[in-house]
Amino acid sequence: MFEIVNARELTNNIYLMDVKAPRVAKSCEPGQFVIVIMDETGERVPLTICDYDRKAGTVTIVFQTIGASTQMMAKLKKGDSFKDFVGPLGCASELIEEDIESLKNKKILFVAGGVGTAPVYPQVKWLKEHGIDADVIVGAKTKDMLILEDEMRKAAGNLYITTDDGSYERKGMVTEVIKDLVQNQGIKYDCCIAIGPMIMMKFVCLLTKELDLPTIVSLNPIMVDGTGMCGACRVTVGDEVKFACVDGPEFDGHLVNFDEAMKRQQMYKSEEGREILKLQEGDTHHGGCGHCGGEK
Amino acid sequence: MVIVSKKVPVREQDPKVRATNFDEVCLGYSKEEAMQEAERCLNCKNPKCVSGCPVSIDIPGFIQEVKNGNIEQASKIIGEASALPAVCGRVCPQESQCEGKCIVGIKNEPVSIGKLERFVADWARENNIKPERPAKTNGHKVAVIGSGPSGLTCAGDLAKMGYEVTIFEALHEPGGVLVYGIPEFRLPKAGVVAPEIDNVKALGVEIETDVVIGKSITIDELLEEEGFEAVFIGSGAGLPMFMGIPGENANGVFSANEYLTRNNLMKAFDSKYATPIITGKKVAVVGGGNVAMDAARTALRLGAEVHVVYRRSESELPARVEEVHHAKEEGVIFDLLTNPVEILVDDNGWVKGMKCIRMELGEPDESGRRRPVEIAGSEFELELDTVIMSLGTSPNPLISSTTKGLDVNKRKCIIADETLGKTSKEGVYAGGDAVTGAATVILAMGAGRAGAKGIHEFLSSK
Ligand SMILES: Cc1cc2nc3c(=O)[nH]c(=O)nc-3n(C[C@H](O)[C@H](O)[C@H](O)COP(=O)(O)OP(=O)(O)OC[C@H]3O[C@@H](n4cnc5c(N)ncnc54)[C@H](O)[C@@H]3O)c2cc1C
Ligand SMILES: Cc1cc2nc3c(=O)[nH]c(=O)nc-3n(C[C@H](O)[C@H](O)[C@H](O)COP(=O)(O)OP(=O)(O)OC[C@H]3O[C@@H](n4cnc5c(N)ncnc54)[C@H](O)[C@@H]3O)c2cc1C
Ligand code: SF4
Ligand code: SF4
Ligand code: FES
Repeated sequence: MFEIVNARELTNNIYLMDVKAPRVAKSCEPGQFVIVIMDETGERVPLTICDYDRKAGTVTIVFQTIGASTQMMAKLKKGDSFKDFVGPLGCASELIEEDIESLKNKKILFVAGGVGTAPVYPQVKWLKEHGIDADVIVGAKTKDMLILEDEMRKAAGNLYITTDDGSYERKGMVTEVIKDLVQNQGIKYDCCIAIGPMIMMKFVCLLTKELDLPTIVSLNPIMVDGTGMCGACRVTVGDEVKFACVDGPEFDGHLVNFDEAMKRQQMYKSEEGREILKLQEGDTHHGGCGHCGGEK
Repeated sequence: MVIVSKKVPVREQDPKVRATNFDEVCLGYSKEEAMQEAERCLNCKNPKCVSGCPVSIDIPGFIQEVKNGNIEQASKIIGEASALPAVCGRVCPQESQCEGKCIVGIKNEPVSIGKLERFVADWARENNIKPERPAKTNGHKVAVIGSGPSGLTCAGDLAKMGYEVTIFEALHEPGGVLVYGIPEFRLPKAGVVAPEIDNVKALGVEIETDVVIGKSITIDELLEEEGFEAVFIGSGAGLPMFMGIPGENANGVFSANEYLTRNNLMKAFDSKYATPIITGKKVAVVGGGNVAMDAARTALRLGAEVHVVYRRSESELPARVEEVHHAKEEGVIFDLLTNPVEILVDDNGWVKGMKCIRMELGEPDESGRRRPVEIAGSEFELELDTVIMSLGTSPNPLISSTTKGLDVNKRKCIIADETLGKTSKEGVYAGGDAVTGAATVILAMGAGRAGAKGIHEFLSSK
C-alpha cells in the first residue's frame, strides 16, 4: 500500500497528491511516469511524475478527472492509500541527460497545455536548480483551469499565460504565443518542449516545424503494463514503431504521427463511457451496457 | 498383465457450455479414476518417462503411491522435484515430454502422467498439505527478479536451503505468465496459481511487487546497497513482436500479450473490474502457438467468431495438441496455409479486414519444417473487426541494459550456463525465458532450480 500524505484539489477537476513511495522517489527523474492502481478492481492508470522529495520518500502526481478511474481516484483523501504505485517508468527527459554547460548556452521554451503543466513543472524546476532559466508558456481553457501558477512563476524565466477565453492574461491558443515570441519579438529558441493534450502538441509541432524549432513532446497513449510487455502504447515516430512506455514517453515531435496517435487514444472511449454511466448512476444503473447482465 | 489400451478419460466441461464461460475446461480425475489410471503404469526399472521430464520427477515412484491410494506420499515425492505441480500437470506439453517417452505409449496411449500429477497436486491443496518452512535461515540474502515459474522455483529452492529470499516483481501480481498470459479456463488463478505462490511464501520467501528492476532499482544497487549477495534473473521473454505490415497500428489490432493481459491479469471479462477490452465480433488471431490458442479461445468466450490464421499446415502448429483439439471443439476456425499481408483500415482508423495470401509448403528449412511459400495471385480479403498478433516474444532489455557486465546474445537473451545459471557477471544467475527465449513452464522451472544450485555453490564457497 502506498499512502497519500497530501491531497488537494488544484482547481475544478484537477487534483494533486503526494504519495509515499520511497523506491520511486529515490530513483525518479523528470520526464518519467508512474502507474497507479486504486484498489483490487482498478485499472492501471499512468501519470507523470510532477515532483519528488527524495528525503521524505514522496512523489507528487497531478491528474485530471477524465473517466471512471480518475473520478474514483479523486475521492481519495490524505491518509488513504493506493493499492499499487509502480515506477519510475519510461526514460528521463533528454534535457537532464545533456551536459549542463552546453544547456546553459541554450534558450529553451516550454509549452504546457492544461494538466500538461504538471509534467512540465519538474523539468523547469530542475533547470532552475541547475542555474538555467527557461521560458514557459502555459495555456488553459479558462482562468479556473489554470494550475501550479505560483510554483511555475518561481521556477520559470519568463512565464506567459494564455487562456482560450481570455479570462486571464493573454487570450488565445499557445501557438499564438509561440508565434508572437518567435516572429514578432524575434526570440531565437534552440529547443521547445511541449506537453499537453495530443491535439495541442500536434499544432505546436506543425508550427515549430515551420519555424525550424526542434520540439520534444511527451506522449500519453493508452498503456497497460508500462514495461514494454503489451505493445498497447505503440506510436509511429518517423518510419519506426516505438513503445512509448519504454522508448519514450518523450519523442521528437516533428516525427510523431499525431493523427494515428489521437485515433489510438480514442480506442476505449465508448466502453469507458459506459463505465462512467455506471459510476454516476450507481445502484440505479440498469443495464444496456452488455456487461453487467442488467438487461437480461 | 494386460494393459488397458486407452487412458482413463478425463471429465471436461461440454464444449458448447465452456465456450461461453471462463471456468476451467478440464475437470480432472477423481481419486478412483486416478487410482485406475495409475494401474496402467508398468513401474519400469529404467523409466523413460523420467528422462522426458525436465525436472526429473520420480514418475513411477509417485504413480505407485497413487496406485496404493497414498496421495499424501505421492505429493511429497513430486514436491522433491517440482514446486508447481498443479500448474505443470495442467500446462506441460506432456506429449513431447514425459508422456512422449512412456513405454506404454509405444503400442497404446501413454500413461496420463500429467493428469495424475495434477490430481495429486490438487488433492494436496484441498487437504492443506503445505511445505514446511526451514527452522532457521542461514543469514544470506538473495534477490530473485521476476515471479514467473523460474523465479518462484529458484526462490523456493533457495529458501529450503535456508537463504533469505526476496522476489522483486514489476507487475502488481506475482506469477508471471501464469497470471498474465495463460487464461483462467486453462489455469485457474485463485484456485490453482495463488495457492502455489502461497506455498513458496510459506517457505519464508518475501515477494515485493511493483518494483521494476532497472528502473526502480538496479541489480548493481541490490548487490551494493541493499545487502543482497547474489541475484537470480527470471524476467521472462515478454516483448511482443509484430509483423511490420501496413495497418498494424490501427485501432482493433492488439498483441496477444495485451489482449491476454487485459483479460487475465486485469480481469476485463469480469464486470466488477474497470479494465476495458474490445471484444470484437469477428476476430483473427495470427500465429499458431499456445499463446495464439489462448488468445483465440479467450476471444471466443467474449463472444466473437474467431479465425486462427497460420502460415503453415496443421501438423506444424506449435501449440500443444490438446489445446488445438479444445479450440476446434469450441468452434475456433482454422485458416491454415494463410499469411496476412495487410490490415485494412476504415476512415476512423479501425480495422475492417485483413488481406491474406495463400501459402503452400515447399522445401524444408534449417529447422527441418517445410518452408511455407506464397502462391502467386492468391490474395483474398477476410472481413474482420479485430486482429490479435501472436507471433512470439523476445526478452525485455530493461535489465540487461542497466546492469554492468551482463552479456546478452544477438537475440537479446541473457547468456547463462545451463547447469548452474551462471552469467558473465559475478554473483548474478539467470534462467527461464530470459535466457532461452519463449519456452515452457517446466523448462523455466528447471532453470530456476539450476540457478538455485549455482547460487548455493557460489555463496558456500565464498
Ligand atoms: C505516460 C503518461 C502520462 C500521463 N500523465 C498524466 C498526468 O500527469 N495527469 C493526468 O491527468 N493524466 C495523465 N495521463 C493520462 C491519464 O493516464 C488518463 O487520463 C487516464 O488513464 C484516464 O483514465 P480514466 O479511466 O479516468 O479515463 P477514460 O477516458 O474513461 O479511460 C478510458 C481508457 O482509456 C485510457 N486513456 C484515456 N485517456 C487516456 C490518456 N489521455 N492517456 C492514456 N490513456 C488514456 C485509459 O487507460 C482507460 O483504459 C498520462 C498518460 C500517460 C500514458
Ligand atoms: C499465453 C501463453 C501461454 C502459454 N502456454 C504454455 C503452456 O501451455 N505450457 C507451457 O509449458 N508453457 C506455456 N507458455 C510459456 C511459459 O508460460 C513460459 O515459458 C514461462 O512462464 C517462462 O517462465 P519465466 O519464469 O522464465 O518467465 P515469466 O513467466 O515470463 O515471468 C517473468 C516475470 O518477471 C517479471 N519481470 C520482467 N522484467 C522485470 C523487471 N525488470 N523487474 C521485475 N520483474 C520483471 C515479469 O513481470 C514476469 O512476472 C505460455 C506462454 C504464454 C505467454
Ligand atoms: S512436470 Fe511436466 S514433464 Fe514433468 S512429469 Fe509433470 S507433466 Fe510431465
Ligand atoms: S515409462 Fe510409462 S509405464 Fe514406465 S514408469 Fe514411466 S509412466 Fe510408468
Ligand atoms: S504499455 Fe504495454 S508496452 Fe507500453
